[in-house]
Amino acid sequence: MKTFYKKFSERFIEGLLMLSSSITSLTVVLIVVFLFKEGIGLFNQKPVEPGYVITINKSNKVKELSSAQIKNIYDQKITHWSEVGGTHDSIVLFQLEDIGNYYSDEQIGDNMQNLSYCLNRLVDSLPNIIAFFPDKYLAKDFKGTILEVDKVSLTDFFAGKEWIPTAKPSAQLGVLPLILGTLWVSLGAILLALPLGLAAAVYMSEIANDKVRRIMKPLIELLAGIPSVVYGFFGLVIIVPLIQKTFNLPVGETGLAGSIVLGIMALPTIITISEDAMRNTPRAMKEASLALGASKWQTIYKVIIPYSISGISAGAILGIGRAIGETMAVLMVTGNAAVIPHTILAPVRTIPATIAAELGETSNGGLHYKALFALGCILFLITLFINLTVEFISNRKKHNKH
Amino acid sequence: MIRKTILIAMMVYTSVNFAQKIKGSDTVLPLAQKEAETYMKSNKTAKLTVTGGGSGVGFAALVDNTTDIAMASRKIKMDEKIKLQDAGRAFKEVTIAFDALSVIVNNDNKVSQLTREQLEGIFTGKIKNWKEVGGDDMPMVVYSRESSSGTFEFFKEHVMNKKNYASSVLSMPATGAIVQSVSQTKGAIGYIGLAYMDKQVKALKVSYDAGKTYIAPSMETAKNKTYPVVRPLYYYYATSVEKTVKPFIDYVLSAEGQKIVEQVGYVPLSK
Repeated sequence: MKTFYKKFSERFIEGLLMLSSSITSLTVVLIVVFLFKEGIGLFNQKPVEPGYVITINKSNKVKELSSAQIKNIYDQKITHWSEVGGTHDSIVLFQLEDIGNYYSDEQIGDNMQNLSYCLNRLVDSLPNIIAFFPDKYLAKDFKGTILEVDKVSLTDFFAGKEWIPTAKPSAQLGVLPLILGTLWVSLGAILLALPLGLAAAVYMSEIANDKVRRIMKPLIELLAGIPSVVYGFFGLVIIVPLIQKTFNLPVGETGLAGSIVLGIMALPTIITISEDAMRNTPRAMKEASLALGASKWQTIYKVIIPYSISGISAGAILGIGRAIGETMAVLMVTGNAAVIPHTILAPVRTIPATIAAELGETSNGGLHYKALFALGCILFLITLFINLTVEFISNRKKHNKH
Repeated sequence: MIRKTILIAMMVYTSVNFAQKIKGSDTVLPLAQKEAETYMKSNKTAKLTVTGGGSGVGFAALVDNTTDIAMASRKIKMDEKIKLQDAGRAFKEVTIAFDALSVIVNNDNKVSQLTREQLEGIFTGKIKNWKEVGGDDMPMVVYSRESSSGTFEFFKEHVMNKKNYASSVLSMPATGAIVQSVSQTKGAIGYIGLAYMDKQVKALKVSYDAGKTYIAPSMETAKNKTYPVVRPLYYYYATSVEKTVKPFIDYVLSAEGQKIVEQVGYVPLSK
């Protein structure tokens, strides 16, 4: 009876453990599915706000405009129809708020009952107009042409160079500057943090005596506990002006500032994990190396580092992971200008910073919302790719050794 | 004992029943909170709950009938108007205060005034160097708020003539960060609410009549309407609940309520 009870309780605990691990995996899968479901929905949408139409006079030769052309027309960078394949006349811009310039309140009516009639007449009477208004006010016998706008395409999204998701009437959703910005900052961070972190880990596990180690280790681990907004503010007040002065730049909020802050943030992860891995090198191996006449440095270089390479790469992955996914600190120091970075000394905008800054005010399920989820998908894929590569490399190393 | 519990239950019931909900813009939030606090102090039976979330959130709540008053730092948009109409809810708009935006530059900058057209050129990326507007030969560094902020939209509509910001504009997550960055960057220009103004940065005089008169932002010029970059802050409410919300709105518009407006750092309505 007792053994049965014991067995039962063991089974029960095993069951609990399995349940918790399967719940964790299920949550991860659910989040990923949710992320991709929302993100992919973007490509079913048009860049023009749903419920709105862009119309032109029917005599106009232009029948189709790209999202970028629409934006440039409303920004008055394109001012003549000839620039988009029409006549040599200048473009007359119209948005619904401008209706007051053409019709009085009485003509429109108290409850806007005559609005569709007014819009119809307006678009019909001005040959060079481009008008943007809700399709609700499209008259049944509408005499203008409704412009066809293509859905957001993969090339527009991935190769587009402008990220202005709130642009009206047509949102600009080019994520190339954001992807490049993220990679740029993370690359810089890891280039700074990896050598420094590795050196510190080697020192702490092999060279430092116990007393130094006992002071340094908690100190470094303390770095991981500082809230990221504190790092961000530290970066903004100390690092940003420093970079500006050192390189004599017009502006200090640069990719480099982001890299430095992220590098500092990734250090504790890299140091702690790789140090633990190095300390796990069997004593026998180290002593064998020393007994064969190898110096301390040769032992570190030839025995300890190769032995603990998988632990070191795990530390590096987690460090990169922190760098790529970090939002608040980056948001404060990189300047967040969505331009393609040509140097690390220019402002950049990263994907996590964009999501953090913009998601709060988007309308749930709208175009901008979905675009931000698509950005999340990209971020997920980048991290996945890095993880797989490092895993692959460290596996191959192990095979070579045996 | 039983009577006491019934009494308490009734009190809870009535207070829940008559609590007026105010929801919307984060810009108006500190003002509405202060007003509600003082109003409830002098008026013991009144119950007000104030929550933020953004102007858009306030209007959405007004459509769903989950708030009595929507706070807004911008006018109601056409599509929100249409939604309210579809829901069959007539509404009223009340201007409760004004918020002035100052255009700021670094203290070392020689330039002390700009026209609206120049500001438009700067923020759309046409003007890139300070020497084009009469300053030293140094590149401009333009700071703006994130696109989710109400000031971002207001500045775009009223100063930039609805044109889009240049991609090279640096966007900052908070007004405090703009002040910090402008104070440490020589070629910087940015915009902030009047309440955030301090000595670390210099406010520019602005002209809306192509350079004839330049007005410096201050509480006085904003009050007498000579300073042009001023936006109204609104309350919106459904006409069906006018009776219940009217006492509070009257209080906000009263001399006492307007005194609080100035304390919070916004510009009171001129009488």
